[in-house]
Amino acid sequence: MREATRTVERKPRHEAPATTEPRLALEAVTCAFGSVTAVDGLDLRIMPGEFISLLGPSGCGKTTTLRMIAGFVKPTGGRILMDGTPISSASSSLPPERRQMSMIFQSYAVWPNMTVAENVAFGLRLRRLDRAVIAQKVEEVLTTVQLRHLAERYPAELSGGQQQRVALARAIVIQPRVLLLDEPLSNLDANLREEMRFEIRRLHDAFHFTTVYVTHDQGEAMVTSDRIAVMNRGRIEQIDAPYTLYTRPRTRFVAGFIGRTNFLEGACGDGSGPVAFSGFALPRAAFEDGGRGLRGTKLFSVRPESILLHRGAPAADRGCAVPGRLVERAFLGSSWDYVVAPGGGPLRLRVAAPPAQIFDIGDDVRIEFDPRQMVAVT
Amino acid sequence: MSLAPAPQMPGLPAPAARRRGIGRARLDPASLVWIGAAAILAFLVLAPVLRLTAASFQSADTGGFTVANYLAAYASERRLVALGTSLLYAVAVTAVAIGFAVPIAWAIARTDMPLKGVIRATILGAFITPPYLGAIGWILLAGPNAGWINLAWMRLTGAQAGIVNVYTFGGLVFVTALYAFPYVFVFTTDALDRVSTEMEEAANILGARPLRTIFRITLPLVLPAILGGAIVVFLDTVALFGTPAIIALPARINIATLQLWQFFEFPVRAEEAAAYAVPLIAVTVAMFALQRLILGRKGYVALTGKGGGRQLVQLGALRWAALAFCLLICAFSVFLPFAALAQAAFSKAWGLGFSLGNLTLDNFRYLFAEASNRQTILNTFSYAAGTACLSVGLALIVAYVVSRRLVRGGAILTALCMVPLVIPGIVLAIGFYAVYAPPPLALYGTAAILILGYSTRFLPIAYVNCLAGLRALNPEMEEAVRILGGSQLRAVGSVVVPLLKKGLVGSWLLVFIPATRELSTAIFLVTAKTRVVSTMILDLSENGNFELLAALGFFLLGVTVLIVLAGYRLLGRDFMLRRS
Ligand SMILES: Nc1ncnc2c1ncn2[C@@H]1O[C@H](COP(=O)(O)OP(=O)(O)OP(=O)(O)O)[C@@H](O)[C@H]1O
Ligand SMILES: [Mg+2]
Repeated sequence: MREATRTVERKPRHEAPATTEPRLALEAVTCAFGSVTAVDGLDLRIMPGEFISLLGPSGCGKTTTLRMIAGFVKPTGGRILMDGTPISSASSSLPPERRQMSMIFQSYAVWPNMTVAENVAFGLRLRRLDRAVIAQKVEEVLTTVQLRHLAERYPAELSGGQQQRVALARAIVIQPRVLLLDEPLSNLDANLREEMRFEIRRLHDAFHFTTVYVTHDQGEAMVTSDRIAVMNRGRIEQIDAPYTLYTRPRTRFVAGFIGRTNFLEGACGDGSGPVAFSGFALPRAAFEDGGRGLRGTKLFSVRPESILLHRGAPAADRGCAVPGRLVERAFLGSSWDYVVAPGGGPLRLRVAAPPAQIFDIGDDVRIEFDPRQMVAVT
Repeated sequence: MSLAPAPQMPGLPAPAARRRGIGRARLDPASLVWIGAAAILAFLVLAPVLRLTAASFQSADTGGFTVANYLAAYASERRLVALGTSLLYAVAVTAVAIGFAVPIAWAIARTDMPLKGVIRATILGAFITPPYLGAIGWILLAGPNAGWINLAWMRLTGAQAGIVNVYTFGGLVFVTALYAFPYVFVFTTDALDRVSTEMEEAANILGARPLRTIFRITLPLVLPAILGGAIVVFLDTVALFGTPAIIALPARINIATLQLWQFFEFPVRAEEAAAYAVPLIAVTVAMFALQRLILGRKGYVALTGKGGGRQLVQLGALRWAALAFCLLICAFSVFLPFAALAQAAFSKAWGLGFSLGNLTLDNFRYLFAEASNRQTILNTFSYAAGTACLSVGLALIVAYVVSRRLVRGGAILTALCMVPLVIPGIVLAIGFYAVYAPPPLALYGTAAILILGYSTRFLPIAYVNCLAGLRALNPEMEEAVRILGGSQLRAVGSVVVPLLKKGLVGSWLLVFIPATRELSTAIFLVTAKTRVVSTMILDLSENGNFELLAALGFFLLGVTVLIVLAGYRLLGRDFMLRRS
């Protein structure tokens, strides 16, 4: 995954010292609609200036979580604190207009009865700022999102991407304590989506708003976020920086949801000897940490790009190359998508190979694993 | 860049008008508005209904509980027959209306018949004509001896008597149907526009002849819509007061609404009237439920949206026959009665016929010269305007609360708003009279009682329209206001109302227009000072002063047409003939 490598080069940008209080703390937050529990005992701490993504499949409770933070939905259990002050609990909830947050909606919610400038100035007017100050701030922020020349247009006269920028400008101009975004790019076409994710990250780099970003697109989450919280069925499965999340998934769900992967069961025995898979075995010492923690039967996640294919035995074989046969292939442009059967057994593994490395179906290959990149998941 | 705040410190003040802390129970202005609106709603709708029900079980003398009213109300055969006649009347009108409307709807939606625009406009004309005005036009046309049709017949054939008589059950049904059929027409054309022609073409490809396609494919598909329109006609007719008062009363045909009125002749038996109204309400509730059932099963409209180019049926020479039929109905409902009314409006005495000597503008002059007439006209339009404002305002608030789920029990609020739909206007008026006339309110004789009564009666129209508008508005628009620091009221004021402006104006007009001609509610609530055009027309018809009546009717219609045209300009062509 190209994006994964990109994120690793970035330093965390929130300069907050480790002792600071979190900007937002969700403590065992639960939200049930009748018999459906949309969010189930969720814990989350977000530091000031941090960019967090909530990532997960449809219906896992991302929007509900975000709307609880915004104050549109009241939790049925647990509480939410902002800078140490409770703002939401089952018994009481600060109304959204008093949270000093802003939000970007999936539908943009740009008001069609106001011009671009009026839309952006709205929050400032509510704050009773001077006319001149408002005008100046509006102009600055419109410059930032490259919409200055469209200030007097009505939203109906703008493209989808431009409307999205208006929504962005309107949300950041009030310098919110927390910026919330609910799938802001899902209505844009693919090219614009790509462009806007970097735009959002760029704005964050410039202003350091504490940001919660809801998406079900992992690429988007990886480009934009400091940390990604992967949600499933109302709970957070794992929250980590994009690189860690991709390379060290803790659960089968996370491994499968972020990127593509192969799952294979390995018999690790009592803690010594090789780890046996269906049709082949790998030396225990080659695994991360010498394979010390591996006992019993484990499920391993193996990324397709961590497996190498060779025609003959690789130059430096550490006992991790096993014979196999190529059974399926598809050319994806930037890579080959091969399916191989190691040891002639029933196991099938997906392997990503560079375009120049061409095999035919039926070819005998050597499949070289990197056990360090094989992660035991639960 | 100067926008960037210091990392930890929010750089801007919190939004204005904030209060600190959470957890304190408080009534913000928004909640007060909702609670107030719900209270007004409950009062407007529940008070008359409950009062009416209570009265039906109350002894007139002792005030104690009794079922004697029910026994008395149905004691005479005459009254039982009246109930039966009402049902028969409604069924007959519905059948005739279907017979008028469906062929016209099909011809307009599906064939190459010429002059479609003219036919549509005329049907709209029939739609906005108060039925009682049309009925008077038909008295001028088909009165037993002096009616124009009868005169023409006698002159042509030398016969001693005319051939048509409007003062019969048949005449009553025919005249009522002429102003009721547009409902079926609207429902049917709407459905025909939605049915994909591909369905019909599929049948044609399989070898079905055009006529067979109509009966086997098209009609079954739009049947639920036809039934939906038919039920509206049925409900309207059962509750109708004006046309029967003008035609059935002289013809000595007794129907339920007229009977209800008679309970209020001396000696007044309001308790018996209340008891007598119950079956009428039961019938309307049942029909309404049936309509919901039929139209609720959406399956039939899921036949895909509006298709692109529609292949029109080539009728050939038959299209002149189709046109003749449409024009005939248009002539019956608009051209002929209006010609007769016009003749009367500009005559010294309508019976003198078309001659230069008979021509005069005196009727119109008198209409505006007399102070009490001017007062009546002013009353009519100011009450209608007040009604439109009150009911749309109330409907908007309630619809907002319901659509945004601000309170539990939205279904109850909706039901409250829709209840007036199932209660015949005349029954509702009895309830208003019972609640508002006696102390402590003692509103009898004031404008308020009419405006309150009308507002309740037309609340369902306003509510349905407001709710539809709000449902179409993405709640995120308002949430964006809230999260930026605006209150709920602020969100309504700066986003909801501006965005719904057109819809609100439309709802306003859709209440205003029927409120200018409302008769059945007004009949119990007006006094000499608060007289309105509709009750004046009824009085004039009883006195046989058709000349002044026609002038008044034309004036009312002229104003209505102007308003409808303004609505068209403002809101688009289909604002009145839309199905909602
Ligand atoms: N107002 C509501 N009433 C009842 N159930 C609701 C309501 N809102 C959400 N739910 C349910 O809660 C669950 C979580 O919904 P939520 O909208 O938070 O999911 P999501 O993660 O945002 O999904 P998506 O990616 O599709 O937007 C779903 O099962 C949904 O059906
Ligand atoms: Mg969502």
